[in-house]
Amino acid sequence: MKIKSILGAGLVGLSMIAGSAMAESVKVGMITTLSGGGSGLGIDVRDGFMLAVKQSGNKDLSVVVEDDARKPALAVQIADKMIQSEKVDILTGIIWSNLAMAVVPSAVNQGKIYISPNAGPSQLAGRGCHPNYFNASFQNDIMSEGMGAYANKTGLKKTFIMAPNYPAGRDFLNGYKRFYKGELAAEVYTKLGQKDYAAEIAQIRASGADNVFVFLPGGMGIAFMKQYAQSGVNIPVMGPAFSFDQGILKAVGQNAVGAQNTSHWSKDLDFPGNKTFVEAFKKEYGRLPSLYAVQGFDTASLILSAMKKASIKDTDAFRAAIKEADFDSPRGKLKFGNNQHLIQKIYVREVIKEGDIYTNKVIGVALESHQDSYAAKCKM
Amino acid sequence: MTSALFIEQLLNGLQFGVMLFLMAAGLTLVFGVMGLINLAHGALYMVGAFACATVANATGSFSLGIAASIAAAAAAGAIVEIAVIRRLYTRDHLDQVLATFALILIFSEGTRWIFGSFPLFLDVPELLAGPVMLPGGIQYPLYRLAIILVGGLVAVGLYLLIAKTRLGIRIRAGESDRAMIAALGIDIRFLYTVVFALGAALAGLAGALVGAIQSVEVGMGEPVLILAFVVIVIGGIGSIKGALVGAILVGVVDTMGRFLLPQFFQIFMDNVNANSVGSALATMLIYILMALVLIVKPKGLFPAHG
Repeated sequence: MKIKSILGAGLVGLSMIAGSAMAESVKVGMITTLSGGGSGLGIDVRDGFMLAVKQSGNKDLSVVVEDDARKPALAVQIADKMIQSEKVDILTGIIWSNLAMAVVPSAVNQGKIYISPNAGPSQLAGRGCHPNYFNASFQNDIMSEGMGAYANKTGLKKTFIMAPNYPAGRDFLNGYKRFYKGELAAEVYTKLGQKDYAAEIAQIRASGADNVFVFLPGGMGIAFMKQYAQSGVNIPVMGPAFSFDQGILKAVGQNAVGAQNTSHWSKDLDFPGNKTFVEAFKKEYGRLPSLYAVQGFDTASLILSAMKKASIKDTDAFRAAIKEADFDSPRGKLKFGNNQHLIQKIYVREVIKEGDIYTNKVIGVALESHQDSYAAKCKM
Repeated sequence: MTSALFIEQLLNGLQFGVMLFLMAAGLTLVFGVMGLINLAHGALYMVGAFACATVANATGSFSLGIAASIAAAAAAGAIVEIAVIRRLYTRDHLDQVLATFALILIFSEGTRWIFGSFPLFLDVPELLAGPVMLPGGIQYPLYRLAIILVGGLVAVGLYLLIAKTRLGIRIRAGESDRAMIAALGIDIRFLYTVVFALGAALAGLAGALVGAIQSVEVGMGEPVLILAFVVIVIGGIGSIKGALVGAILVGVVDTMGRFLLPQFFQIFMDNVNANSVGSALATMLIYILMALVLIVKPKGLFPAHG
């Protein structure tokens, strides 16, 4: 014990000589969804994260990854284990808002830094914001707010809006309504996990709407787009990026071409950091990156950039260094707002066929440097 | 609301019902003949969809994909019956539920191990793509009409099989008295394997047909499985006729509920609340239907055993 503390003191002394950018090891615990429904998202986040770690060659960063199987209780267990026995410094990885709400508040109150690579529940952006909580992805509402703004810009007057009947579904439709000024043809809530949309498509056909806004993540979106293409209804479909991202497009194919969607990132954005990222990801994993991969990559880059500037032991300095986000993100230079969520540009993309693969192309900007609507409620 | 919309929704309900029938027929046969609760029936549905997607993508032929889905699901069913299910007939239902639940996990993780976590691509064949114009100015997807037709043919085929063939006689005999038909010298083990494979093949066919308009992914079978159980409980466990009537009843009630209930609540509520209450109630509707049927007929509409 005594020898250990002397050694420790010696190390501290050495590191002080070495200056502020010394090698201090940082341990990251990643809790993400790697099995069961929606595991494609977790895998992309993990792969994006690991790509940044590998590129940096930083040996002082170690990562433990565990699968939460999309179960809140399991995520809480893993978080406790990572904090208490693995002694991680930073937690990250959670995909789903309900899991984030189960893990994040307790983790940040125990003094751990949490950086969200996907989930962005409104509670953590507003009153529940915390100095230890960073969001490197998006606040849930901003994509549909962007689509609402874009609908106004393009003169759309009558929208049919639809989402699953659960909290995030209602958030997304409310986000759209917050910005959209026209009339609603109908507002439809479907069962979460519903795979057959024949009844809803018949309503869309009869509604006389001039566009359709849907938030249907994962398999729900695949099913809807395929059935919609078969139905012969040709009212344009719009939605947040989640139903039109790289993993999904492979399964929807031709049926999604022409669909417009809002995103904070696209593969064809003209940033130096983006080109190198897309190339490197393709080379490493043999597939195109999704927006989830970008979020994982940026989460790791935030940690790596902060490690260059501050010691993890000095929480205040480390948090400040994260907030500077001193690196070239595939989304350009990242900028945090007062609630430590990103202030970012929302692009409008369109699904196209490029050679043999289906992907997205940027066709416009919905909102310039947009901050989420909950930031004002955050007292930071 | 126009009559065209109403008829379109009825067709949607019918198509949904026919799809449920393909699932429920196998489930009810297996339960009726062998007294086995098979939770892994949804896994066989998934096997069919994955086999169809793989073969259709490799060969470019959807019909080959359908053939592959039936063959793969029947083979998987036969293997599972011989390797696992056979040992469960004499056990109680809890053991059966546990073992077949384990099969769900094995099938799901096995499929993920082979095909990965991303959904597979499977589209409707060129020939059946797009909508058709029905009399009365109703535009309806051709593929969904084809599903209704296939379901109808399967129903007729099953009726002929059960009512007119030797195999059918044995199946019915097996339903009413297992010990007796074994005593009459019929190889009951083989009969069970055949019935199980037949049920699996129907589930596989349903998976392939539905995979083309929904999504082919791990875990796609379980939500359908729950509905299929509702169907056989309403129809009367063990009865094919009950499965058909129950499936169409559930399909039509569910579809019409989703469509009409929100509109109904709009009469005396504001839009947002009406939508939310209406759609919440619509998701419960088939379970309410099941409860009502069970109050009036505790053994279902067409009980197989008196």
